[in-house]
Amino acid sequence: MTSFNSIIAAVAVVGLLLGHGANAQEKQWTKITIGTEGSFAPWNYEEGGKLKGLEIDLAEDICRRAKLECSFIVQDFDGLIPALNVGKIDAVMSGMSATAKRAEVIAFSQPYATGGQTFGIQKGGPLEALPFKGELINLNDEASALDKIEKLKAALKGKTIGVQAASINASFLDRYLKGIVDVREYKATTQHDLDLSAGRIDAIVASYNYILDAAKKPGNRDMLTAGPRFIGGVFGNGSSIGLRKSDVKLKAMLDEALIASFADGTYKNISEKYFGYDATPQYKR
Amino acid sequence: MEDILTLFGFGPTGWGGALLKATGMTLSVAACGFVLGSIIGSLVAWAKLRGNGVVRAAANGYTTVLRGIPDLLVIYLFYFGGSALLTSAGRMFGADGFVGVPAFASGAAAIGVISGAYQAEVFRGAFQSVSRGELEAARSVGMRSVLMFRRIVIPQVLRLAMPGLGNVWQLVLKESALISITGLVELLRQSHVAAGSTGRPFEFYILSCVIYFIIAISSTRIFNVVEARMSKGFGRMA
Amino acid sequence: MDMPFMAEAFVSLLRGLPLTLNLAAVSMVAASILAIGLAWLRMSDVAPARATAIGYVSFFRGTPLLVQIFLIYYGLGQFRPTLQAWGLWPFLREPYWCALLALTLNAAAYASEVVRGGLLSVPAAQVEAARAVGMSGLLLYRRIIIPIALRQALPAYGSEIIIMIKSTSLASVITMMEVTGLAAKLIAESFRVIEVFVMAGAIYLAINFMVAQTIAAVERWLSPHLRAAPGSILPSEIAHV
Repeated sequence: MTSFNSIIAAVAVVGLLLGHGANAQEKQWTKITIGTEGSFAPWNYEEGGKLKGLEIDLAEDICRRAKLECSFIVQDFDGLIPALNVGKIDAVMSGMSATAKRAEVIAFSQPYATGGQTFGIQKGGPLEALPFKGELINLNDEASALDKIEKLKAALKGKTIGVQAASINASFLDRYLKGIVDVREYKATTQHDLDLSAGRIDAIVASYNYILDAAKKPGNRDMLTAGPRFIGGVFGNGSSIGLRKSDVKLKAMLDEALIASFADGTYKNISEKYFGYDATPQYKR
Repeated sequence: MEDILTLFGFGPTGWGGALLKATGMTLSVAACGFVLGSIIGSLVAWAKLRGNGVVRAAANGYTTVLRGIPDLLVIYLFYFGGSALLTSAGRMFGADGFVGVPAFASGAAAIGVISGAYQAEVFRGAFQSVSRGELEAARSVGMRSVLMFRRIVIPQVLRLAMPGLGNVWQLVLKESALISITGLVELLRQSHVAAGSTGRPFEFYILSCVIYFIIAISSTRIFNVVEARMSKGFGRMA
Repeated sequence: MDMPFMAEAFVSLLRGLPLTLNLAAVSMVAASILAIGLAWLRMSDVAPARATAIGYVSFFRGTPLLVQIFLIYYGLGQFRPTLQAWGLWPFLREPYWCALLALTLNAAAYASEVVRGGLLSVPAAQVEAARAVGMSGLLLYRRIIIPIALRQALPAYGSEIIIMIKSTSLASVITMMEVTGLAAKLIAESFRVIEVFVMAGAIYLAINFMVAQTIAAVERWLSPHLRAAPGSILPSEIAHV
C-alpha cells in the first residue's frame, strides 16, 4: 500500500497547505454503529425484519448508560473485523470471543458471556457417543487438554465437520484436528445447520448457547450437543465487544457501562431471557 | 399447501412482508446502480470515441478489467475497499474518525461500475450506428455541435441503445443478488434469513427465483414498449 | 504496497486455481452437450418440445445464478430421503457436484442460444448447393453445416467460456475453496482487503486474457479468407451473473 499511501500523503500536504489539516485525535463519541451478524440466535437474530437477541438488548442498555446513540449494521461474520478496521462500523457485538489472535488487530471490552464451544450432531448419528460429554475442557491448561483431545481424535477420524468461516471454531479445528477431520467453512452458522440436518456433514462446532437455541427451530429438531465443552486457549475469554485499538476512550466508556449493567442485575435479566440462566461473568472494576 | 401460505403470508409468523420489502430493496439498488452505470458508461463511451491516446487507453483498460474479473470480487472490493479509501482521504482533510459507506451505497456503486463497462460498449455501438449522413445534413443546415448533439445524436443513440440497455438491466437485476454478501437486506439475503430460521430453504429459494423471474419478464415488457415508442417513424433498420 | 505479503497471497490463491479451472472446464463441456440438446428441442417442429426449451432457457436466464446455486445446494438438501431412494444423494451430498450441476444448468441455457444462432447463420444457399450435388444427412452436417455454424458461433462461445470462469467464483458460497473462496478466507485472516483482491483479480484477468487470445487464434485459423480486422482484446458481451 506504500504507493497508495504516498498519493494520500501528497493529497494531505495539499490539504495542510490549504489549512484544513487537523490532528487525528479520537473524537467525542455521541453515536456509534455496531456490526452484528443477525443470524446467530440467541445472541443476535432477525425476526419479522427486526433485530433481536441478547446483544441487541445489551447494546441498548449500555448505550443508554454511556449516553451513546447506537445503531446496528448487519453483515456476514467473516467481514466484521475488516469492516471495523476500515471504519464501516465502530464496534462489533456478534458473539465474538476475545482471542489472542484477534487481539493482535482489534481491542476488546470486558467479556460479557462465556458459554463455551461444543460439538453439534444429529440424533442417532455415530458421534452421539463422543467421549467427555458435558465436561468442561480449559485449553489454557493445554497439557491435560491434549490428552483428552487425543481420545476425541479417534472418534472423529475421517468425519466432516462444519464451522463458521473466520470463527474461533475454525481456528480450533485448524490447530487441534487438522488432517484428522475434513473441514467445511460456512458464511453463516444457519448454513451449517442446514447441512447438518441434510446429512452433508457429521458434526458442527459452535457456541454451546447457540446450539441449544438452534435445536429448538423446526428444521433442527434432531440436533443435539455432543462431547465436551471447550473454553480458553484459541477460544479466548468469552464474547466481548470488538473495538478499534485507537478508540481508547470508547472502550473505557463501554467497559464502564458493561460493569454497571453486570452490577445492578440488568444483565442478569437479559441473559436469563435469552440463555435461560444467569450468565453474568466474573468482572473486575 | 396451507403451511406454505402461512410461511409466505403476511401474518405474524409469515415472511411475506419482509420479502416484499426486500424485493423493493432489490429494485432500488439495481435501479440506482443502473443509472450510475449509464453515467459512467456514456462518459467511457465518449472517452473511447473522442478521447486522446491516454484517455482512450484508460477507458479500454477499465472495460477490459471490469469484464475480466468476477463481479463478486468487485463487490467485495467496493464494500471493504471503499471505506478504507474514503477514510484515509477524509482524515487527511481533517475529518475526524472514520467514513463509513453504507451497504446500499457501496452496492449501488459496485453495480454502477460493473454495469458501466457494459453500458459503455452499448453506447459506443449505438453512436457508431448513427448515420453519418444525418450528422452531415445537420451540419449543412448550420446546426452547432451542442444543438446537433441534443437534437440528432442523443435521441438516435438512445433509440439504438435501447435493446442493449435492456440486456444490461437484466444483468444488473441479477447482479444485485450478489450484494447480499455485504449484508444489505435485499431479496436473496432475506431468503437466507427465512430459510435459516424455518429450515425450509427449498421453498424460500424457489420463491425468490419466481420473484426475480417475474421482475425480469415485466422489465422486458416495459423495455419493449419503450423501444417501440422510440422507434416510431423509423422503419426497422437491420 | 506490501510486496512480500502480496507474493504470499498470490501463492496461497494459486492453490485454488486447479479447482477454479476444473469447475469451469467440466461444467463448460457438460453445458455444451446439454446446449446442443436444448437447441435441437428449440428448433424442433413439435410445439411442446419448443415450449420446454424456451421455458428452460428463460427461467435460467431470468434468475440469478447465485440463487440457483443456493436452491440446488441447500434447497435439495431438504429432500434427502427421496434423493437417497433415487441414488442421487452420493452426488448431491457433495458441494462440488452441486456447484457443477448449477453451473452446467445455467450455462447450458445461454450456450443453447449460441448454438442456435450458429445453426441459423448457415446460409440457405450453401445447404441448397450441397443438396444439389447430392449431399445429405450426416455428410451435409459434417461437411457444410457444422463447420460454418462453428465458425459463426465461436466468438460468442468464447464469451461464454470467460463468463463461466468468472461464474465459478460463486461456488465459494457453498464452501468450495476455489480462488475467490480462498481470497475471502485470506481476508478474514489477514484483514488486508485490497492486496488480496488485487492478486485474485490478477489471476482471473490472466486466465481470461489467455482464453480470449486462444479463441481469437482459433478464429483466425478457421477463417483464413478474413484475415486482418483486429478486434478488441475481449469479445463484446461478457456477463450474465
